[in-house]
Amino acid sequence: MFYIHCPYCGELREEEEFHPKGQAHIVRPADPAACSDDEWGDYLFFRDNPRGIHHELWVHAVGCRKFFNITRHTVTYEILETYKMGEQPRFTAEHPEGRPSQDGVDPASLREGVRA
Amino acid sequence: MQRYSGFGLVKHALSHHENWQRQWRNPTPKKAYDVIIIGGGGHGLGTAYYLAKEFGIKNVAVIEKGWLGGGNTARNTTIVRSNYLWDEAAALYEHSMKLWEGLSQDLNYNVMFSQRGVLNLGHTLQDMRDIQRRVNANRLNGIDGEVLDAKGVQELVPIMDCSKNARYPVLGASWQPRAGVARHDAVAWGFARAADAHGVDILQQTEVTGFKIRDGQVYGVHTNRGDIEAKTVGCVTAGNSGVLAGMAGLKLPLESHPLQALVSEPLKPVLDTVVMSNHVHGYISQSDKGDLVIGAGIDGYNGYGQRGSYPTVEHTLQAIVEMFPMFSRVRMNRQWGGIVDTCPDACPILSKTQVKGLYFNCGWGTGGFKATPGSAHVFAASLAKGEMHPIAEPFSIDRFNTGALVDEHGAAGVAH
Ligand SMILES: Cc1cc2nc3c(=O)[nH]c(=O)nc-3n(C[C@H](O)[C@H](O)[C@H](O)COP(=O)(O)OP(=O)(O)OC[C@H]3O[C@@H](n4cnc5c(N)ncnc54)[C@H](O)[C@@H]3O)c2cc1C
Ligand SMILES: [Zn+2]
Repeated sequence: MFYIHCPYCGELREEEEFHPKGQAHIVRPADPAACSDDEWGDYLFFRDNPRGIHHELWVHAVGCRKFFNITRHTVTYEILETYKMGEQPRFTAEHPEGRPSQDGVDPASLREGVRA
Repeated sequence: MQRYSGFGLVKHALSHHENWQRQWRNPTPKKAYDVIIIGGGGHGLGTAYYLAKEFGIKNVAVIEKGWLGGGNTARNTTIVRSNYLWDEAAALYEHSMKLWEGLSQDLNYNVMFSQRGVLNLGHTLQDMRDIQRRVNANRLNGIDGEVLDAKGVQELVPIMDCSKNARYPVLGASWQPRAGVARHDAVAWGFARAADAHGVDILQQTEVTGFKIRDGQVYGVHTNRGDIEAKTVGCVTAGNSGVLAGMAGLKLPLESHPLQALVSEPLKPVLDTVVMSNHVHGYISQSDKGDLVIGAGIDGYNGYGQRGSYPTVEHTLQAIVEMFPMFSRVRMNRQWGGIVDTCPDACPILSKTQVKGLYFNCGWGTGGFKATPGSAHVFAASLAKGEMHPIAEPFSIDRFNTGALVDEHGAAGVAH
Protein backbone atom coordinates (compact mmCIF):
# COMPACT_ATOMS: atom_id res chain seq x y z
CA MET A 1 0.00 0.00 0.00
CA PHE A 2 1.42 3.34 -1.02
CA TYR A 3 1.05 6.51 0.98
CA ILE A 4 1.10 9.29 -1.54
CA HIS A 5 1.71 12.94 -0.88
CA CYS A 6 -0.65 14.98 -3.07
CA PRO A 7 1.26 18.14 -3.97
CA TYR A 8 -2.02 20.07 -4.31
CA CYS A 9 -3.75 18.94 -1.12
CA GLY A 10 -0.43 18.92 0.71
CA GLU A 11 -1.43 15.74 2.50
CA LEU A 12 -0.24 12.17 2.69
CA ARG A 13 -3.13 9.91 1.68
CA GLU A 14 -3.73 6.22 0.96
CA GLU A 15 -3.14 4.70 -2.46
CA GLU A 16 -6.82 3.93 -2.97
CA GLU A 17 -7.64 7.63 -3.31
CA PHE A 18 -5.44 7.79 -6.41
CA HIS A 19 -5.25 6.29 -9.90
CA PRO A 20 -2.07 5.79 -11.91
CA LYS A 21 -2.34 7.12 -15.46
CA GLY A 22 0.89 5.95 -17.06
CA GLN A 23 4.06 7.67 -18.10
CA ALA A 24 4.43 11.36 -17.24
CA HIS A 25 5.69 14.21 -19.42
CA ILE A 26 4.26 12.92 -22.72
CA VAL A 27 3.78 15.90 -24.98
CA ARG A 28 1.05 15.75 -27.61
CA PRO A 29 2.49 16.61 -31.03
CA ALA A 30 1.73 20.26 -31.76
CA ASP A 31 0.60 19.47 -35.28
CA PRO A 32 -0.77 15.90 -35.32
CA ALA A 33 -1.66 16.03 -39.01
CA ALA A 34 1.99 16.65 -39.82
CA CYS A 35 3.19 13.53 -37.98
CA SER A 36 4.46 10.54 -39.93
CA ASP A 37 2.94 7.14 -39.07
CA ASP A 38 6.06 6.34 -37.11
CA GLU A 39 5.88 9.51 -35.03
CA TRP A 40 2.18 9.10 -34.36
CA GLY A 41 2.51 5.41 -33.44
CA ASP A 42 5.40 6.22 -31.11
CA TYR A 43 3.38 8.97 -29.45
CA LEU A 44 0.32 6.75 -28.96
CA PHE A 45 1.81 3.39 -28.04
CA PHE A 46 5.49 3.42 -27.11
CA ARG A 47 6.19 4.04 -23.44
CA ASP A 48 9.18 4.02 -21.14
CA ASN A 49 9.18 0.82 -19.15
CA PRO A 50 12.30 1.07 -17.00
CA ARG A 51 13.44 -1.32 -14.32
CA GLY A 52 14.34 1.49 -11.96
CA ILE A 53 13.35 5.14 -11.64
CA HIS A 54 10.16 6.06 -13.50
CA HIS A 55 8.12 9.26 -13.80
CA GLU A 56 4.38 8.69 -13.70
CA LEU A 57 1.19 10.67 -14.04
CA TRP A 58 -1.34 10.10 -11.24
CA VAL A 59 -4.69 11.61 -10.42
CA HIS A 60 -6.04 12.27 -6.93
CA ALA A 61 -9.28 10.67 -8.06
CA VAL A 62 -11.39 10.85 -4.92
CA GLY A 63 -9.58 13.84 -3.44
CA CYS A 64 -8.92 17.12 -5.22
CA ARG A 65 -9.17 15.31 -8.61
CA LYS A 66 -6.04 17.02 -9.86
CA PHE A 67 -3.34 15.38 -11.94
CA PHE A 68 0.24 15.40 -10.69
CA ASN A 69 3.49 13.45 -11.13
CA ILE A 70 5.31 10.84 -9.09
CA THR A 71 8.90 9.65 -9.35
CA ARG A 72 8.93 6.04 -8.24
CA HIS A 73 11.32 3.10 -8.36
CA THR A 74 9.68 0.21 -10.22
CA VAL A 75 11.54 -2.53 -8.35
CA THR A 76 11.62 -1.28 -4.75
CA TYR A 77 8.40 0.72 -5.31
CA GLU A 78 9.87 3.55 -3.24
CA ILE A 79 8.26 6.92 -3.99
CA LEU A 80 11.06 9.45 -4.33
CA GLU A 81 8.98 12.58 -4.88
CA THR A 82 5.64 13.91 -6.03
CA TYR A 83 5.42 17.16 -7.97
CA LYS A 84 2.90 19.38 -9.67
CA MET A 85 2.04 19.46 -13.35
CA GLY A 86 4.49 21.61 -15.25
CA GLU A 87 7.32 20.97 -12.80
CA GLN A 88 10.36 18.85 -13.51
CA PRO A 89 11.53 15.89 -11.38
CA ARG A 90 14.55 16.18 -9.11
CA PHE A 91 15.16 12.45 -8.96
CA THR A 92 16.02 10.94 -12.34
CA ALA A 93 17.86 7.89 -13.71
CA GLU A 94 20.90 10.16 -14.16
CA HIS A 95 20.53 11.64 -10.66
CA PRO A 96 19.08 8.90 -8.46
CA GLU A 97 20.19 10.78 -5.35
CA GLY A 98 18.51 13.96 -6.52
CA ARG A 99 19.54 16.68 -8.90
CA PRO A 100 21.29 19.56 -7.14
CA SER A 101 18.79 22.39 -6.96
CA GLN A 102 19.13 26.09 -7.65
CA ASP A 103 16.99 27.08 -4.68
CA GLY A 104 19.45 25.55 -2.21
CA VAL A 105 17.04 22.88 -0.93
CA ASP A 106 18.75 19.61 -0.08
CA PRO A 107 17.05 16.90 -2.22
CA ALA A 108 17.30 14.43 0.66
CA SER A 109 15.03 16.61 2.77
CA LEU A 110 12.36 16.56 0.04
CA ARG A 111 12.57 12.82 -0.02
CA GLU A 112 11.89 12.60 3.71
CA GLY A 113 8.77 14.67 3.21
CA VAL A 114 7.10 12.21 0.87
CA ARG A 115 8.05 9.13 2.81
CA ALA A 116 6.67 10.24 6.16
CA MET B 1 14.84 -40.36 -22.47
CA GLN B 2 13.17 -42.88 -20.24
CA ARG B 3 9.51 -42.97 -21.30
CA TYR B 4 6.86 -42.62 -18.63
CA SER B 5 4.07 -45.19 -18.52
CA GLY B 6 1.82 -47.03 -16.12
CA PHE B 7 4.14 -50.00 -16.41
CA GLY B 8 7.16 -47.81 -15.56
CA LEU B 9 5.39 -46.62 -12.44
CA VAL B 10 4.94 -50.20 -11.22
CA LYS B 11 8.52 -51.09 -12.13
CA HIS B 12 9.95 -48.11 -10.24
CA ALA B 13 7.73 -48.86 -7.26
CA LEU B 14 9.75 -52.06 -6.81
CA SER B 15 12.89 -49.97 -6.30
CA HIS B 16 11.08 -47.47 -4.03
CA HIS B 17 11.09 -44.79 -6.77
CA GLU B 18 14.77 -44.12 -6.16
CA ASN B 19 16.05 -44.77 -9.68
CA TRP B 20 14.10 -42.32 -11.84
CA GLN B 21 16.21 -40.65 -14.50
CA ARG B 22 16.87 -36.91 -14.20
CA GLN B 23 14.33 -35.09 -16.33
CA TRP B 24 16.91 -32.90 -18.08
CA ARG B 25 20.66 -32.41 -18.00
CA ASN B 26 22.46 -29.46 -16.47
CA PRO B 27 25.03 -28.81 -19.21
CA THR B 28 27.85 -26.28 -19.29
CA PRO B 29 27.27 -23.69 -22.01
CA LYS B 30 28.89 -24.32 -25.39
CA LYS B 31 30.64 -21.45 -27.19
CA ALA B 32 28.07 -21.33 -29.97
CA TYR B 33 24.66 -22.63 -30.97
CA ASP B 34 22.49 -22.40 -34.08
CA VAL B 35 19.71 -20.75 -32.09
CA ILE B 36 19.57 -19.16 -28.64
CA ILE B 37 16.26 -18.80 -26.86
CA ILE B 38 16.30 -16.32 -23.96
CA GLY B 39 13.76 -17.17 -21.26
CA GLY B 40 12.94 -20.58 -19.82
CA GLY B 41 9.22 -20.14 -19.44
CA GLY B 42 6.71 -22.27 -21.32
CA HIS B 43 6.92 -20.23 -24.51
CA GLY B 44 10.72 -20.33 -24.65
CA LEU B 45 11.06 -24.02 -23.75
CA GLY B 46 8.26 -24.88 -26.16
CA THR B 47 10.00 -22.95 -28.94
CA ALA B 48 13.18 -24.96 -28.37
CA TYR B 49 11.20 -28.20 -28.35
CA TYR B 50 9.44 -27.53 -31.66
CA LEU B 51 12.67 -26.25 -33.24
CA ALA B 52 14.30 -29.58 -32.45
CA LYS B 53 11.35 -31.85 -33.09
CA GLU B 54 9.65 -30.32 -36.12
CA PHE B 55 12.35 -28.29 -37.80
CA GLY B 56 15.41 -30.44 -37.13
CA ILE B 57 17.33 -27.62 -35.41
CA LYS B 58 18.75 -29.36 -32.35
CA ASN B 59 21.81 -27.24 -31.60
CA VAL B 60 19.77 -24.90 -29.43
CA ALA B 61 20.28 -23.30 -26.01
CA VAL B 62 17.56 -22.02 -23.71
CA ILE B 63 19.05 -19.40 -21.39
CA GLU B 64 17.15 -18.78 -18.18
CA LYS B 65 18.28 -16.40 -15.46
CA GLY B 66 16.42 -18.20 -12.67
CA TRP B 67 14.74 -21.58 -12.71
CA LEU B 68 12.42 -23.13 -15.32
CA GLY B 69 8.93 -21.74 -15.14
CA GLY B 70 9.92 -19.29 -12.39
CA GLY B 71 8.49 -16.43 -14.45
CA ASN B 72 4.81 -16.16 -15.28
CA THR B 73 4.55 -19.71 -16.55
CA ALA B 74 4.21 -21.19 -13.08
CA ARG B 75 2.55 -18.16 -11.50
CA ASN B 76 -0.62 -18.05 -13.55
CA THR B 77 -4.14 -19.27 -12.90
CA THR B 78 -3.82 -21.84 -15.73
CA ILE B 79 -6.92 -20.93 -17.75
CA VAL B 80 -6.83 -22.21 -21.32
CA ARG B 81 -9.42 -21.12 -23.90
CA SER B 82 -9.52 -19.90 -27.49
CA ASN B 83 -12.72 -17.85 -27.76
CA TYR B 84 -11.11 -14.60 -28.97
CA LEU B 85 -13.03 -12.20 -31.18
CA TRP B 86 -10.85 -11.34 -34.17
CA ASP B 87 -9.79 -13.81 -36.85
CA GLU B 88 -6.07 -13.21 -36.27
CA ALA B 89 -6.21 -13.87 -32.53
CA ALA B 90 -8.71 -16.71 -32.88
CA ALA B 91 -6.36 -18.47 -35.31
CA LEU B 92 -3.45 -18.18 -32.90
CA TYR B 93 -5.30 -19.31 -29.78
CA GLU B 94 -7.19 -22.08 -31.56
CA HIS B 95 -3.93 -23.38 -33.05
CA SER B 96 -2.75 -23.57 -29.48
CA MET B 97 -5.92 -25.27 -28.26
CA LYS B 98 -5.48 -28.04 -30.84
CA LEU B 99 -1.92 -28.61 -29.63
CA TRP B 100 -3.10 -28.66 -25.98
CA GLU B 101 -5.49 -31.44 -26.87
CA GLY B 102 -2.61 -33.79 -27.72
CA LEU B 103 0.15 -32.27 -25.58
CA SER B 104 0.43 -34.85 -22.80
CA GLN B 105 0.79 -37.63 -25.38
CA ASP B 106 3.17 -35.63 -27.52
CA LEU B 107 5.47 -34.77 -24.61
CA ASN B 108 4.99 -38.08 -22.79
CA TYR B 109 4.32 -35.88 -19.76
CA ASN B 110 1.03 -35.42 -17.96
CA VAL B 111 0.27 -31.70 -18.18
CA MET B 112 -3.13 -32.43 -16.59
CA PHE B 113 -5.00 -30.59 -19.32
CA SER B 114 -8.59 -30.71 -18.13
CA GLN B 115 -11.28 -29.51 -20.54
CA ARG B 116 -13.79 -28.56 -17.90
CA GLY B 117 -15.15 -25.59 -19.82
CA VAL B 118 -14.94 -21.84 -19.24
CA LEU B 119 -17.79 -19.43 -18.60
CA ASN B 120 -17.39 -15.72 -19.38
CA LEU B 121 -20.24 -14.05 -17.54
CA GLY B 122 -22.36 -11.16 -18.74
CA HIS B 123 -23.90 -8.78 -16.20
CA THR B 124 -25.30 -6.04 -18.45
CA LEU B 125 -27.20 -5.86 -21.70
CA GLN B 126 -24.08 -4.64 -23.44
CA ASP B 127 -22.08 -7.56 -22.01
CA MET B 128 -24.65 -9.95 -23.48
CA ARG B 129 -24.54 -8.29 -26.89
CA ASP B 130 -20.75 -8.50 -26.90
CA ILE B 131 -20.95 -12.15 -25.86
CA GLN B 132 -23.34 -12.93 -28.70
CA ARG B 133 -21.10 -11.21 -31.17
CA ARG B 134 -18.02 -13.02 -29.92
CA VAL B 135 -19.65 -16.45 -29.84
CA ASN B 136 -20.93 -15.95 -33.39
CA ALA B 137 -17.47 -14.91 -34.53
CA ASN B 138 -15.98 -17.93 -32.76
CA ARG B 139 -18.36 -20.35 -34.45
CA LEU B 140 -17.60 -18.89 -37.85
CA ASN B 141 -13.96 -19.62 -37.07
CA GLY B 142 -14.74 -23.20 -36.09
CA ILE B 143 -14.28 -22.55 -32.37
CA ASP B 144 -16.84 -24.11 -30.05
CA GLY B 145 -19.05 -21.73 -28.12
CA GLU B 146 -22.56 -21.24 -26.83
CA VAL B 147 -24.50 -18.35 -25.38
CA LEU B 148 -26.19 -19.33 -22.12
CA ASP B 149 -28.90 -17.49 -20.23
CA ALA B 150 -28.86 -17.13 -16.44
CA LYS B 151 -30.72 -20.42 -16.02
CA GLY B 152 -28.18 -22.23 -18.14
CA VAL B 153 -25.35 -20.76 -16.06
CA GLN B 154 -27.06 -21.73 -12.81
CA GLU B 155 -27.40 -25.31 -14.01
CA LEU B 156 -23.68 -25.51 -14.70
CA VAL B 157 -22.66 -23.76 -11.48
CA PRO B 158 -25.26 -24.37 -8.79
CA ILE B 159 -23.22 -22.57 -6.11
CA MET B 160 -23.13 -19.24 -7.94
CA ASP B 161 -25.56 -16.49 -7.04
CA CYS B 162 -27.56 -16.12 -10.27
CA SER B 163 -30.55 -14.48 -8.60
CA LYS B 164 -32.00 -11.17 -9.72
CA ASN B 165 -31.18 -9.73 -6.30
CA ALA B 166 -27.45 -9.68 -6.85
CA ARG B 167 -25.80 -6.27 -7.06
CA TYR B 168 -24.60 -7.19 -10.58
CA PRO B 169 -27.03 -9.93 -11.62
CA VAL B 170 -25.76 -12.64 -13.95
CA LEU B 171 -27.68 -12.31 -17.22
CA GLY B 172 -25.89 -15.10 -19.03
CA ALA B 173 -22.50 -16.19 -20.28
CA SER B 174 -20.45 -17.46 -23.15
CA TRP B 175 -19.53 -21.10 -22.67
CA GLN B 176 -16.59 -22.80 -24.32
CA PRO B 177 -16.76 -26.51 -23.41
CA ARG B 178 -13.30 -27.36 -24.84
CA ALA B 179 -11.63 -24.75 -22.65
CA GLY B 180 -10.24 -25.58 -19.23
CA VAL B 181 -7.09 -25.62 -17.13
CA ALA B 182 -3.69 -27.33 -17.16
CA ARG B 183 -0.94 -27.82 -14.61
CA HIS B 184 1.36 -24.91 -15.34
CA ASP B 185 4.68 -26.12 -13.97
CA ALA B 186 4.19 -29.49 -15.68
CA VAL B 187 4.01 -27.56 -18.95
CA ALA B 188 7.44 -26.03 -18.36
CA TRP B 189 8.92 -29.33 -17.17
CA GLY B 190 7.32 -31.38 -19.93
CA PHE B 191 8.66 -29.12 -22.67
CA ALA B 192 12.07 -28.98 -20.95
CA ARG B 193 12.37 -32.76 -20.67
CA ALA B 194 11.27 -33.34 -24.26
CA ALA B 195 13.54 -30.59 -25.63
CA ASP B 196 16.49 -31.93 -23.63
CA ALA B 197 15.86 -35.39 -25.08
CA HIS B 198 16.35 -33.87 -28.55
CA GLY B 199 19.71 -32.41 -27.46
CA VAL B 200 18.63 -28.88 -26.48
CA ASP B 201 20.88 -27.38 -23.77
CA ILE B 202 18.89 -25.81 -20.94
CA LEU B 203 21.07 -23.33 -19.11
CA GLN B 204 19.54 -22.25 -15.83
CA GLN B 205 20.99 -19.60 -13.51
CA THR B 206 22.32 -17.87 -16.61
CA GLU B 207 21.35 -14.27 -17.16
CA VAL B 208 21.60 -12.48 -20.48
CA THR B 209 23.19 -9.09 -19.87
CA GLY B 210 23.61 -7.83 -23.43
CA PHE B 211 23.58 -8.63 -27.12
CA LYS B 212 26.48 -8.98 -29.53
CA ILE B 213 25.47 -7.04 -32.61
CA ARG B 214 27.63 -6.26 -35.66
CA ASP B 215 26.44 -4.41 -38.77
CA GLY B 216 22.83 -4.71 -37.67
CA GLN B 217 23.07 -8.50 -37.28
CA VAL B 218 22.95 -10.26 -33.92
CA TYR B 219 25.65 -12.88 -33.40
CA GLY B 220 25.38 -13.76 -29.73
CA VAL B 221 24.67 -12.70 -26.18
CA HIS B 222 26.65 -11.71 -23.12
CA THR B 223 25.77 -13.63 -19.99
CA ASN B 224 27.00 -13.85 -16.42
CA ARG B 225 28.63 -17.16 -17.49
CA GLY B 226 30.43 -15.72 -20.48
CA ASP B 227 29.54 -14.98 -24.08
CA ILE B 228 27.50 -17.43 -26.13
CA GLU B 229 27.18 -17.07 -29.88
CA ALA B 230 24.32 -17.67 -32.30
CA LYS B 231 23.09 -15.88 -35.38
CA THR B 232 19.45 -16.45 -34.48
CA VAL B 233 18.23 -15.28 -31.08
CA GLY B 234 14.64 -15.49 -29.87
CA CYS B 235 13.80 -13.34 -26.86
CA VAL B 236 10.90 -14.79 -24.85
CA THR B 237 11.18 -12.96 -21.54
CA ALA B 238 7.63 -11.76 -20.75
CA GLY B 239 7.75 -8.93 -18.16
CA ASN B 240 11.44 -8.28 -18.74
CA SER B 241 11.17 -7.97 -22.53
CA GLY B 242 11.43 -4.19 -22.41
CA VAL B 243 14.70 -4.48 -20.51
CA LEU B 244 16.09 -6.96 -23.05
CA ALA B 245 14.93 -4.80 -25.96
CA GLY B 246 16.75 -1.87 -24.37
CA MET B 247 19.98 -3.91 -24.39
CA ALA B 248 19.64 -4.17 -28.18
CA GLY B 249 18.79 -0.48 -28.53
CA LEU B 250 15.13 -1.23 -29.31
CA LYS B 251 11.92 0.01 -27.75
CA LEU B 252 8.75 -2.07 -27.39
CA PRO B 253 5.19 -0.81 -26.86
CA LEU B 254 4.97 -2.76 -23.60
CA GLU B 255 4.44 -1.85 -20.00
CA SER B 256 5.29 -4.25 -17.20
CA HIS B 257 2.71 -4.57 -14.45
CA PRO B 258 2.35 -6.79 -11.40
CA LEU B 259 -0.47 -9.31 -11.71
CA GLN B 260 -1.35 -11.46 -8.78
CA ALA B 261 -3.21 -14.61 -7.91
CA LEU B 262 -4.18 -16.34 -4.70
CA VAL B 263 -5.23 -19.79 -3.57
CA SER B 264 -7.44 -20.78 -0.68
CA GLU B 265 -7.30 -23.62 1.79
CA PRO B 266 -8.42 -26.90 0.14
CA LEU B 267 -12.16 -27.56 0.02
CA LYS B 268 -14.29 -30.52 -1.02
CA PRO B 269 -15.17 -30.33 -4.76
CA VAL B 270 -17.62 -27.45 -5.28
CA LEU B 271 -16.72 -25.95 -8.65
CA ASP B 272 -16.05 -28.16 -11.67
CA THR B 273 -15.62 -25.47 -14.31
CA VAL B 274 -13.92 -22.09 -14.71
CA VAL B 275 -15.86 -18.89 -14.08
CA MET B 276 -14.64 -15.51 -15.35
CA SER B 277 -16.31 -12.14 -15.15
CA ASN B 278 -15.07 -9.02 -16.89
CA HIS B 279 -17.67 -6.90 -15.22
CA VAL B 280 -17.09 -7.58 -11.54
CA HIS B 281 -13.52 -8.47 -12.50
CA GLY B 282 -12.64 -11.82 -11.03
CA TYR B 283 -11.98 -15.35 -12.19
CA ILE B 284 -11.96 -18.60 -10.30
CA SER B 285 -11.56 -22.33 -10.62
CA GLN B 286 -10.92 -25.18 -8.22
CA SER B 287 -7.73 -27.18 -8.52
CA ASP B 288 -7.57 -30.96 -8.28
CA LYS B 289 -6.14 -30.51 -4.78
CA GLY B 290 -9.30 -28.65 -3.81
CA ASP B 291 -7.99 -25.12 -3.39
CA LEU B 292 -9.80 -22.27 -5.06
CA VAL B 293 -7.52 -20.60 -7.60
CA ILE B 294 -8.37 -16.91 -7.87
CA GLY B 295 -6.93 -14.36 -10.24
CA ALA B 296 -6.81 -10.62 -9.66
CA GLY B 297 -6.39 -7.66 -11.97
CA ILE B 298 -3.12 -5.93 -12.66
CA ASP B 299 -1.85 -3.15 -10.47
CA GLY B 300 -2.33 -0.03 -12.55
CA TYR B 301 1.23 1.21 -12.21
CA ASN B 302 4.38 -0.22 -13.75
CA GLY B 303 6.35 -2.56 -11.54
CA TYR B 304 8.92 -5.32 -11.59
CA GLY B 305 8.48 -6.31 -7.95
CA GLN B 306 6.74 -9.70 -8.49
CA ARG B 307 4.23 -8.83 -5.80
CA GLY B 308 0.80 -7.28 -5.99
CA SER B 309 -0.88 -4.63 -3.88
CA TYR B 310 -3.40 -5.30 -1.12
CA PRO B 311 -6.12 -3.00 -2.48
CA THR B 312 -6.14 -5.22 -5.59
CA VAL B 313 -6.57 -8.36 -3.47
CA GLU B 314 -9.47 -6.70 -1.73
CA HIS B 315 -11.22 -5.74 -4.98
CA THR B 316 -10.75 -9.25 -6.33
CA LEU B 317 -12.19 -10.94 -3.29
CA GLN B 318 -15.14 -8.55 -3.32
CA ALA B 319 -15.88 -9.74 -6.85
CA ILE B 320 -15.54 -13.39 -5.91
CA VAL B 321 -17.81 -13.05 -2.90
CA GLU B 322 -20.30 -11.13 -5.02
CA MET B 323 -20.52 -14.13 -7.36
CA PHE B 324 -20.12 -16.83 -4.70
CA PRO B 325 -21.48 -15.67 -1.34
CA MET B 326 -20.68 -19.12 0.11
CA PHE B 327 -16.95 -18.41 -0.27
CA SER B 328 -17.07 -15.45 2.10
CA ARG B 329 -15.63 -17.48 4.97
CA VAL B 330 -13.00 -19.41 3.01
CA ARG B 331 -9.46 -18.59 4.15
CA MET B 332 -6.77 -17.73 1.65
CA ASN B 333 -3.53 -19.69 1.91
CA ARG B 334 -1.06 -18.02 -0.43
CA GLN B 335 -0.79 -14.97 -2.64
CA TRP B 336 1.88 -14.07 -5.19
CA GLY B 337 2.55 -11.90 -8.20
CA GLY B 338 4.10 -12.12 -11.65
CA ILE B 339 5.24 -9.39 -13.99
CA VAL B 340 3.09 -9.22 -17.10
CA ASP B 341 4.03 -7.39 -20.27
CA THR B 342 0.83 -5.67 -21.35
CA CYS B 343 0.45 -4.51 -24.92
CA PRO B 344 -1.84 -1.64 -26.05
CA ASP B 345 -4.17 -3.93 -28.05
CA ALA B 346 -4.11 -6.85 -25.57
CA CYS B 347 -2.44 -9.03 -28.20
CA PRO B 348 1.11 -10.43 -28.24
CA ILE B 349 4.12 -9.41 -30.29
CA LEU B 350 5.66 -12.16 -32.41
CA SER B 351 8.07 -10.31 -34.56
CA LYS B 352 11.33 -9.67 -36.28
CA THR B 353 13.17 -6.53 -35.22
CA GLN B 354 15.45 -3.98 -36.83
CA VAL B 355 18.33 -6.18 -35.68
CA LYS B 356 18.71 -9.03 -38.15
CA GLY B 357 18.39 -12.45 -36.50
CA LEU B 358 16.85 -11.03 -33.32
CA TYR B 359 13.21 -11.96 -32.77
CA PHE B 360 10.81 -11.18 -29.95
CA ASN B 361 7.91 -13.23 -28.63
CA CYS B 362 6.33 -11.17 -25.85
CA GLY B 363 3.41 -8.92 -24.96
CA TRP B 364 1.29 -11.85 -23.79
CA GLY B 365 0.40 -9.80 -20.78
CA THR B 366 -2.19 -11.33 -18.53
CA GLY B 367 -3.22 -14.15 -20.84
CA GLY B 368 -0.42 -16.04 -22.55
CA PHE B 369 -0.45 -19.35 -20.71
CA LYS B 370 -3.27 -20.63 -22.90
CA ALA B 371 -1.18 -19.87 -25.96
CA THR B 372 1.97 -21.67 -24.82
CA PRO B 373 2.12 -24.54 -27.34
CA GLY B 374 0.70 -22.53 -30.25
CA SER B 375 2.95 -19.54 -29.68
CA ALA B 376 5.98 -21.79 -29.29
CA HIS B 377 5.11 -23.70 -32.44
CA VAL B 378 4.64 -20.72 -34.76
CA PHE B 379 7.64 -18.93 -33.25
CA ALA B 380 9.83 -21.99 -33.84
CA ALA B 381 8.64 -22.14 -37.43
CA SER B 382 9.49 -18.45 -37.87
CA LEU B 383 12.99 -18.81 -36.40
CA ALA B 384 13.64 -21.92 -38.48
CA LYS B 385 12.60 -20.32 -41.77
CA GLY B 386 13.68 -16.75 -41.14
CA GLU B 387 10.15 -15.65 -42.13
CA MET B 388 7.26 -15.13 -39.76
CA HIS B 389 4.73 -17.98 -39.80
CA PRO B 390 1.40 -16.86 -41.33
CA ILE B 391 -0.38 -17.18 -37.97
CA ALA B 392 2.30 -15.01 -36.33
CA GLU B 393 2.46 -12.44 -39.08
CA PRO B 394 -0.38 -10.13 -37.94
CA PHE B 395 1.39 -9.77 -34.58
CA SER B 396 4.39 -7.94 -35.94
CA ILE B 397 5.67 -4.96 -33.99
CA ASP B 398 5.00 -2.80 -37.09
CA ARG B 399 1.30 -2.79 -36.34
CA PHE B 400 1.72 -0.02 -33.79
CA ASN B 401 2.90 2.28 -36.52
CA THR B 402 0.74 1.06 -39.40
CA GLY B 403 -2.36 1.08 -37.21
CA ALA B 404 -3.32 -2.55 -37.94
CA LEU B 405 -4.00 -3.35 -34.29
CA VAL B 406 -5.85 -6.50 -33.26
CA ASP B 407 -7.99 -5.12 -30.46
CA GLU B 408 -8.81 -7.97 -28.09
CA HIS B 409 -9.66 -5.89 -25.03
CA GLY B 410 -13.15 -7.42 -25.09
CA ALA B 411 -12.14 -11.07 -25.12
CA ALA B 412 -9.14 -10.37 -22.89
CA GLY B 413 -10.98 -7.89 -20.68
CA VAL B 414 -10.44 -9.69 -17.41
CA ALA B 415 -6.88 -10.61 -16.68
CA HIS B 416 -6.53 -14.37 -17.15
C1 LIG C 1 -1.01 -14.09 -11.67
C2 LIG C 1 -1.07 -14.44 -13.12
C3 LIG C 1 -2.17 -15.12 -13.62
C4 LIG C 1 -2.24 -15.46 -14.97
N1 LIG C 1 -3.29 -16.22 -15.40
C5 LIG C 1 -3.33 -16.67 -16.67
C6 LIG C 1 -4.38 -17.55 -17.10
O1 LIG C 1 -5.24 -17.97 -16.31
N2 LIG C 1 -4.40 -17.94 -18.40
C7 LIG C 1 -3.46 -17.51 -19.29
O2 LIG C 1 -3.56 -17.87 -20.46
N3 LIG C 1 -2.43 -16.71 -18.92
C8 LIG C 1 -2.33 -16.27 -17.62
N4 LIG C 1 -1.30 -15.46 -17.21
C9 LIG C 1 -0.29 -15.02 -18.19
C10 LIG C 1 0.74 -16.11 -18.46
O3 LIG C 1 1.26 -16.59 -17.25
C11 LIG C 1 1.89 -15.57 -19.31
O4 LIG C 1 1.42 -14.85 -20.42
C12 LIG C 1 2.77 -16.71 -19.84
O5 LIG C 1 3.02 -17.66 -18.86
C13 LIG C 1 4.07 -16.15 -20.37
O6 LIG C 1 4.96 -17.21 -20.60
P1 LIG C 1 6.43 -16.92 -21.07
O7 LIG C 1 7.09 -18.23 -21.24
O8 LIG C 1 6.40 -15.99 -22.22
O9 LIG C 1 7.06 -16.05 -19.87
P2 LIG C 1 7.69 -16.44 -18.46
O10 LIG C 1 7.16 -17.73 -17.95
O11 LIG C 1 7.56 -15.25 -17.58
O12 LIG C 1 9.19 -16.70 -18.83
C14 LIG C 1 10.11 -15.67 -19.12
C15 LIG C 1 11.43 -16.09 -18.52
O13 LIG C 1 12.45 -15.20 -18.95
C16 LIG C 1 13.41 -15.16 -17.94
N5 LIG C 1 14.27 -13.97 -18.13
C17 LIG C 1 13.94 -12.67 -17.99
N6 LIG C 1 15.00 -11.89 -18.21
C18 LIG C 1 16.05 -12.72 -18.50
C19 LIG C 1 17.43 -12.49 -18.83
N7 LIG C 1 17.95 -11.26 -18.88
N8 LIG C 1 18.21 -13.58 -19.08
C20 LIG C 1 17.69 -14.85 -19.01
N9 LIG C 1 16.40 -15.10 -18.72
C21 LIG C 1 15.59 -14.04 -18.46
C22 LIG C 1 12.57 -15.10 -16.67
O14 LIG C 1 13.31 -15.49 -15.54
C23 LIG C 1 11.44 -16.05 -17.00
O15 LIG C 1 11.62 -17.36 -16.51
C24 LIG C 1 -1.20 -15.08 -15.87
C25 LIG C 1 -0.09 -14.40 -15.37
C26 LIG C 1 0.00 -14.09 -14.00
C27 LIG C 1 1.22 -13.37 -13.49
ZN1 LIG D 1 -5.12 16.16 -3.93
